[in-house]
Amino acid sequence: MNALLFYGFGATAVLASLLVIAQKNPIYSVLLLIASFGALSGLYVLLEAPFVAVIQIIVYAGAIMVLFLFVVMLLNAPHEDTEYDERVHPLLRPGPMRFGAALAIAFGIELVWALNRNGGEAGPFAGGAVSSVAAIGRSLFGPYAFPFEVTSVLILVAMIGAVVLARKEEP
Amino acid sequence: MTPLLVAQIALTLIVFIALLHSAAGMVWVERRLAAALQQRLGPIRVGWQGLLQPFADVIKLMFKEELRPKAADAWLFALAPIISATCAFAAFAVVPFGGETTLLGWIPEGLRLQVADVNVAILVVFAIASMSVYGIVLAGWSSNSKYALLGGLRSSAQMISYELSYGTALASVLILGNSMSLTEIVNRQAGTWFGIVPRWNVFFLPFGFLAFAIYLIAGIAETNRAPFDFPEAEQELVAGYHTEYSSMSFALFFLAEYVNMVTVSAVATDLFLGGWNGPFAESIGWVWFLLKVGALLFFYVWMRWTLPRYRYDQLMRFGWKVLLPLSVVNLIATAAGVLYFEL
Repeated sequence: MNALLFYGFGATAVLASLLVIAQKNPIYSVLLLIASFGALSGLYVLLEAPFVAVIQIIVYAGAIMVLFLFVVMLLNAPHEDTEYDERVHPLLRPGPMRFGAALAIAFGIELVWALNRNGGEAGPFAGGAVSSVAAIGRSLFGPYAFPFEVTSVLILVAMIGAVVLARKEEP
Repeated sequence: MTPLLVAQIALTLIVFIALLHSAAGMVWVERRLAAALQQRLGPIRVGWQGLLQPFADVIKLMFKEELRPKAADAWLFALAPIISATCAFAAFAVVPFGGETTLLGWIPEGLRLQVADVNVAILVVFAIASMSVYGIVLAGWSSNSKYALLGGLRSSAQMISYELSYGTALASVLILGNSMSLTEIVNRQAGTWFGIVPRWNVFFLPFGFLAFAIYLIAGIAETNRAPFDFPEAEQELVAGYHTEYSSMSFALFFLAEYVNMVTVSAVATDLFLGGWNGPFAESIGWVWFLLKVGALLFFYVWMRWTLPRYRYDQLMRFGWKVLLPLSVVNLIATAAGVLYFEL
């Protein structure tokens, strides 16, 4: 049962993520990304980490993607205009696309390396012990208190920066 | 199949059907109460005291033609009401409405009166509430109509703004209850203070009451009910995000609104009003639960037909400049109080 669910959620996540970049309509891309996040949170539930799963939904699917959807909707960009000849291989296309393809290859190599670093052996998963709300709270405000606070200051700075940039100059 | 499994499946079905009928019942209650508040009679012709009126309405809606604007996005236009209705029903799955029961000894293990026992239930409710924004936004956008788009945008802005206060009020209860599981929060509210006052969170003055008030106000905004019903402000937006919907897809939005009301009231009952606690809670706990939910639903309808709609800028100012600071201060004060008195 668990294996079946794992393959179901995994396939949904991979398929939805692939369709995100295969879509021409940005709104569909946003929605497929949400579906992919939903499948990921299903995987977290299978790993006995319901807290992480729910936070994934609240933060990514619920908050960040609403923002994305707003931007896409209000810019009203129904279709992406491709400036390139579709028949040419992505690696041979100019500029940003070649850069993106190179990044994708680098990421693929990194992923393979990271997965094989421990000799491909899957260790026992600690499950509930590390993912309970109490355990996460203790480690956030205990050993990781400094990085946590620094991150929050960083986000605050980004927020103030965005407000300053977006504010109209007074006449 | 073990008796427990059978009972669990039956319970899930019963909850689903009860929610469907609670929406129908609420339509009747709302129309009769509105009539009473305005010194009219309301629907009394179909069935006894008009009780069959909602069913007549549903049958009428079923036979209406399903219309879709030519410029609408067909997929999203069909998907939006489904998202709305699914989110409305899904949230109730984690809400417990009674203690353990053995159904008069029929099943050996106790059956929890709850569809799914999740230990982060509060967060699940919050997560599903945040997902239900999509139904409304997509309905507004995919209709390709200016009224629907404006309604959808207003609604999402309103829901995102009030979600913050809603979440902060939930966090105060989480501190008071020392758990994220709704069942445990309810169990902590059993018993009385000084022998008379029930140990409900709402009577935990002043923090509990303040959190309850914030939760109720934010809950009304979350469910798009008057006096915060901007998404469907008739005078300005025709019918808001569901302007272009007809027949059963319109009915799904309608259903979602009423089921959301029931869910918000049920969660409020569990969090603040002691859930199924009351005299003889072991046997008739669920009756207490239903009574408390009913009282909150009455409050909802009463508010709608008593208060006029706010202006949109007033709503936003109230949400960000009054409700949010108040809820944050309340959260900090609750944490300080719990630490100081070691509750």
